[in-house]
Amino acid sequence: MENTNMPKKSPFSLQVDLSKFEKATDEEKRQQDVMSESTTFFKDGMRKLMKNPLAVASIIVLVLIIGTIIIAPMVVPYSYSDIISVGGKRDKTAKNLAPFTYSKKEQSYMDETGEKLFPHIMGTDSMCRDYFIRVVYGTRISLVVGLFASILVLIIGVFYGSVSGYFGGRADLIMMRVVDIIYSLPDMLIIILLSVVLNETLSNTQNPIIKTLGTNMVSIFIVFGLLYWVGMARLVRGEILKIKSNEYILAAKAVGAPSGRIIRTHVIPNCLSVIIITTALQIPSAIFTESFLSFVGMGVKAPMPSLGSLANAAREGLQSYPLQLVFPSVTIVLIVLAFNLLGDGLRDAFDPKLRR
Amino acid sequence: MSSEHALGSSEYLVEVEDLKEYFPIRTGFAKTTMLKAVDGVSFKIKPGETLGLVGESGCGKTTVGRTLLRLYKPTGGRVLFEGKEVTDKNMKEYRKEMQMVFQDPYSSLDPRMTVEDIIGEPLDVHKLYGTKAERRDKILNLMSLVGLNAEHATRYVHEFSGGQRQRIGIARALAVDPKFIVCDEPVSALDVSIQAQVVNMFEELQDKLGVAYLFIAHDLLIVHHISDSIAVMYLGRMVEKADADELMSNPIHPYTQSLLSAVPVPDPETARKQKRIILEGDVPSPLKMPSGCAFRTRCRYATARCATETPPFTDRGGGHMVACWEK
Ligand SMILES: Nc1ncnc2c1ncn2[C@@H]1O[C@H](COP(=O)(O)OP(=O)(O)O)[C@@H](O)[C@H]1O
Ligand SMILES: [Mg+2]
Repeated sequence: MENTNMPKKSPFSLQVDLSKFEKATDEEKRQQDVMSESTTFFKDGMRKLMKNPLAVASIIVLVLIIGTIIIAPMVVPYSYSDIISVGGKRDKTAKNLAPFTYSKKEQSYMDETGEKLFPHIMGTDSMCRDYFIRVVYGTRISLVVGLFASILVLIIGVFYGSVSGYFGGRADLIMMRVVDIIYSLPDMLIIILLSVVLNETLSNTQNPIIKTLGTNMVSIFIVFGLLYWVGMARLVRGEILKIKSNEYILAAKAVGAPSGRIIRTHVIPNCLSVIIITTALQIPSAIFTESFLSFVGMGVKAPMPSLGSLANAAREGLQSYPLQLVFPSVTIVLIVLAFNLLGDGLRDAFDPKLRR
Repeated sequence: MSSEHALGSSEYLVEVEDLKEYFPIRTGFAKTTMLKAVDGVSFKIKPGETLGLVGESGCGKTTVGRTLLRLYKPTGGRVLFEGKEVTDKNMKEYRKEMQMVFQDPYSSLDPRMTVEDIIGEPLDVHKLYGTKAERRDKILNLMSLVGLNAEHATRYVHEFSGGQRQRIGIARALAVDPKFIVCDEPVSALDVSIQAQVVNMFEELQDKLGVAYLFIAHDLLIVHHISDSIAVMYLGRMVEKADADELMSNPIHPYTQSLLSAVPVPDPETARKQKRIILEGDVPSPLKMPSGCAFRTRCRYATARCATETPPFTDRGGGHMVACWEK
């Protein structure tokens, strides 16, 4: 019964004649290996990302912004919360200065001592504080809130979505109805109500962590943790349902791998790209929400600035000092735009549906 | 019989008794119908032997294999391994004895893992090594066993051809040193030119390691080549089972006869003499199984009795089992 599948070579057939072939030498085999450099999924995606000019520009903008908010507080000798002082005395004349100008006191101080004071890059605000350092701290707060809120969303959403998608059946049905209910709530209204309630209850606690962070910050995190994970959970669940139908999941089961291991080693790595992309797009939306809350006066507490509260404060003097509104707004726009473009770039580079 | 099983002494490695797998299918609002994918299948396999399982696509071959390995919860029937009943509770230990090679070489390997990690997964799960070096040694051994280049251990699977991928899948199944492997159409997704190589490799591995196979395929020639005995399935039931040569030379069930008549014969002289039996009609939907013998709607010999009574699976001499009233 041998060779039933291999027809005999007939003189007219086009079948290749193996005897005419030479064996490849080791040298040639090595060349083959070098030519087909092993590319991982990650490397491949990064290469694609780096070819996308918008994504690269976004990365540069973000690196510049993050670099600035890390370095600036070490270099700029002003504080975000205190009035500018010249020679140890508070300078009440340094009110609403234009960028790169000095107040009368500062000018006379410099003339006397010949010492050069650090310029007010963005001028000062109506309470005689250096505006640049306030915008820097505001950006810090906004970014930290955006990042942590997104991480919170990431953890809750991925956990919930993967449990629901992986186990399926009745558990999935119930878990997804909960998601639907949260999804259908008007989120801005709930956020405002929640922050009011949380602010009330949290301001009475003696918990040191909450004290240092500020009750508003904590309530923003809780709001995000309670509301915004549902989108992520839905996405992850859908992705997992797709991954589950692959035979490698069955193969892992056939080998005896426990569910936790299968989720960790097969399911999560395979929906990682979707998770990363969604998180990258979640950050700007969190920043936006935080700015909005601060703008309507429910965000971080004064004197701690955030980009939203800076914009809100600038409203009063809008006619005379429009730049005070421009600086934080432009920063918000830059950050949100950069994250969104980066998220889009990540999706184009990593989403398997667009590959090939 | 059951006391014999309890003692764990049996000349058979795997015994499947009246295995059933029904899938609930939603056929309307709040209405489910049972799809009888496998409806009472029994067979036995001795150590180191191969049972071939053939049938049209959709007749439940894959489901037999998966239910046997408890990847699906069986609706009914039982599976014995070395005479002991396999249950949900003790299945964990049998995962080392019974393995599976999958049909699709693309979706059966995780694209985010290297070859090394794919083959190493069973070793990791069952903690079959002491040190990292030992793990690597085992993996490289397995790779050379299935004819893979050791240098490719750190590669990702998308760089491999279908045949190579299937070898990776086989190495993964062999990693736990199983006594029995379900091979679910392991070559049907491959190029015809590679099929023979891979089938031959299955045979060599059997000679070397003494594993038993349930070899599922829809190509009778390949199954004949590798199997000691062959079982034919139609719509979730077994219609004929016999020694491989006996079944090929003396098919009794009309369905087997029609399958065999469709097999291309290398010799043109015999091919001309042979008459191809063309089946009328389509395979009925498994949701609406015909009463009595499931094959009767397409059978030339069908009578009134076939519609009312299900034919029993009886021995026609020498272990040649057939389920047919008329033949
Ligand atoms: N998980 C499942 N859920 C519902 N129906 C299924 C499932 N798996 C298989 N089936 C059905 O069971 C029948 C047999 O399928 P299968 O065992 O894959 O056949 P084969 O492998 O012989 O082609 C088919 O009708 C198929 O639609
Ligand atoms: Mg199948």
